[in-house]
Amino acid sequence: MSRNALDTAQRRATTSTLLEVRDLRTHFRTPRGIVRAVDGVSFTLERGKSLGVVGESGSGKTVLSRSIMGLLPRRTTLRSGTVLFEGNDISSADPKLMRQFWGTEMSMIFQDPMTSLNPVVRVGRQITESLTKRLDMPKDQALATAEKLLADVRIPEPQRRLREFPYQLSGGMRQRVSIAIALACGPTLLFADEPTTALDVTVQAQILDLLDEQRRDRNMSMILVTHDLGVVAGRTDEIAVMYAGKLVEKAPTKVLFSKMKMPYTEALLRSIPRIEDHSHTRLQVIAGRPPALIDPPPGCRFAPRCPYAQERCTVEEPPLVEADTPGHFYACWYPVGSAEWQARQGATAGTGA
Amino acid sequence: MAGTGTAHLHGESEALLRVENLTVEFPVGRTGLKVHAVSGISFDVLPGETLGLVGESGCGKSTTGKAVIQLPPPTGGSIVFQGQDLTQLRGEKVRQLRTNVQMIFQDPISSLNPRRRVRDIVAEPLHVWGIGTKEERARKVEEVLETVGIDPSTADRRPHQFSGGQCQRISIARALVLEPKMLICDEPVSALDVSVQAQVLNLLEDLKAKYGLTMVFIAHDLAVVKNVSDRVCVMYLGKVCEVAPSDDLYARPAHPYTSRLLDSIPVPDPEVKPDPTNRIQGELPSPMAPPSGCRFRTRCPIAQERCASEEPQLRNIGQSHYVACHFPLVGAPA
Repeated sequence: MSRNALDTAQRRATTSTLLEVRDLRTHFRTPRGIVRAVDGVSFTLERGKSLGVVGESGSGKTVLSRSIMGLLPRRTTLRSGTVLFEGNDISSADPKLMRQFWGTEMSMIFQDPMTSLNPVVRVGRQITESLTKRLDMPKDQALATAEKLLADVRIPEPQRRLREFPYQLSGGMRQRVSIAIALACGPTLLFADEPTTALDVTVQAQILDLLDEQRRDRNMSMILVTHDLGVVAGRTDEIAVMYAGKLVEKAPTKVLFSKMKMPYTEALLRSIPRIEDHSHTRLQVIAGRPPALIDPPPGCRFAPRCPYAQERCTVEEPPLVEADTPGHFYACWYPVGSAEWQARQGATAGTGA
Repeated sequence: MAGTGTAHLHGESEALLRVENLTVEFPVGRTGLKVHAVSGISFDVLPGETLGLVGESGCGKSTTGKAVIQLPPPTGGSIVFQGQDLTQLRGEKVRQLRTNVQMIFQDPISSLNPRRRVRDIVAEPLHVWGIGTKEERARKVEEVLETVGIDPSTADRRPHQFSGGQCQRISIARALVLEPKMLICDEPVSALDVSVQAQVLNLLEDLKAKYGLTMVFIAHDLAVVKNVSDRVCVMYLGKVCEVAPSDDLYARPAHPYTSRLLDSIPVPDPEVKPDPTNRIQGELPSPMAPPSGCRFRTRCPIAQERCASEEPQLRNIGQSHYVACHFPLVGAPA
């Protein structure tokens, strides 16, 4: 199936489509050359659904979300492709136009709650800012709304917290404040970029529960960007796996875990130490490391590290095609389960790194 | 969460490292207040064993690791390594100790000097101790680099030319070049991507087998700790909650904190739905004014009056499984 077939397949249900990204490319001009951070990514997101974007450092997952939202510096960024938000093409919108979308239509939670809040402005004003500017809310009403938002994100004594500065809050509390700010104007799409990576595991669980609950209550769509397959497994409707700037597999969450097609997804899942395994269980590694994005390898970008790669993989780039299960897309010539894959599987058995 | 008590320690002659009643406190400016980073913990490590120290930020696990190599010397307690109390050592003796106990840090890039060549970074410990001739040192460096999976022909490069995973391998090479008896790994893989993390964890396991190393492995990731450790020691707010062989600890957590910590781990399996009911609520209390009695009681779902008045002692609940709780989830109440 070709790329066009994918487009048609994804266009089937346009009625409830909130976001459609077509062949999005985001490259950066750097002194060492052009970095192809996002290189031809297409996907759609339905209203009210959550999508997990998973990948290692440098896979382009963060750039993808910032590129969609138009948050990248315009001078050094080369962007092409189409981003349709509720049918409006926002791919070439300038920041002035994007302001109509930021906060009220789409908003973002960043990884590090220590640096994403303004250290010299009280929590209250950071929340009411968008309410008064965007929604023209009178000040006292905005403050009351902010207090309710803090209560929504489970901050005890919200009235007192409104008057505090970020340094007076713990990391988890600050991330709750960031969430309150992002939710303030009732966005339809929330980007959460590694929202729990800087937090402890117990706080991480609390924050993920909170995001889940708020998304359901507000019928928001969410794009959850993370490097941790565990974070997205129980909490997203669909997962997109990125590798070296490409979307290499996308599927409904359960399908991805049970019927993965892309050897990279398989390898990624196998390299995670699991709590249910005995101690000293040998981990399966992915040899080598991700390619440089200035000069990515020809053909499939995972080929140099792929145990099943054959000659074709190093010359010809595999297109994103749909699997038997509808909604499951992958980009691989010899996907997991295929005859060629099985042959190689036998050949490489017992030679695990 | 007492952690006071030494019931879980092996005989003095058995252990390679024996830490008793370790206390580390830091003054807070001139306020007269103190941060109670580590408050009287005890543990030991047998020769060839890997002990995992696990807990959330602020539980004192890194402070404990650093206190062992006297960085800085602890406020109180004893640290006996090969029969020698390290807290009694001064000056030159402390330096000599460090040839036997080496440390690997969390951030591989900032723990290597960016201006120096990898070859010189790894050779530095040999140089400091004047070990071998120039040629012998060069040979040793190449050999160690080879062991950790760095091509010796790249040894003239500087750290910025390597990836995070490779830099961590170089740190490991530097730690191993003096052939230490013990390695203290402080969050060695938490800055690495999962695919690289697996490589480094496997490498540590190989090295442990090859050199017969004894390791203290400090990390916040419970799955990672389980993978490499023989025994695990769970810490909370400067105290030990539970010590047990890894498989046993994860199968039968006895301390309410351990149990909830395990339940908060996101599982990479969509069939396992997260359960928001079994969460640790609230925030970590201030280590400047830790709660009385059991330190976990303020967030513990089953805490009772006794937990506030009496600090639980570590006690055996079967098969080298020790817990410091009045009302453990497994075994009889104290």
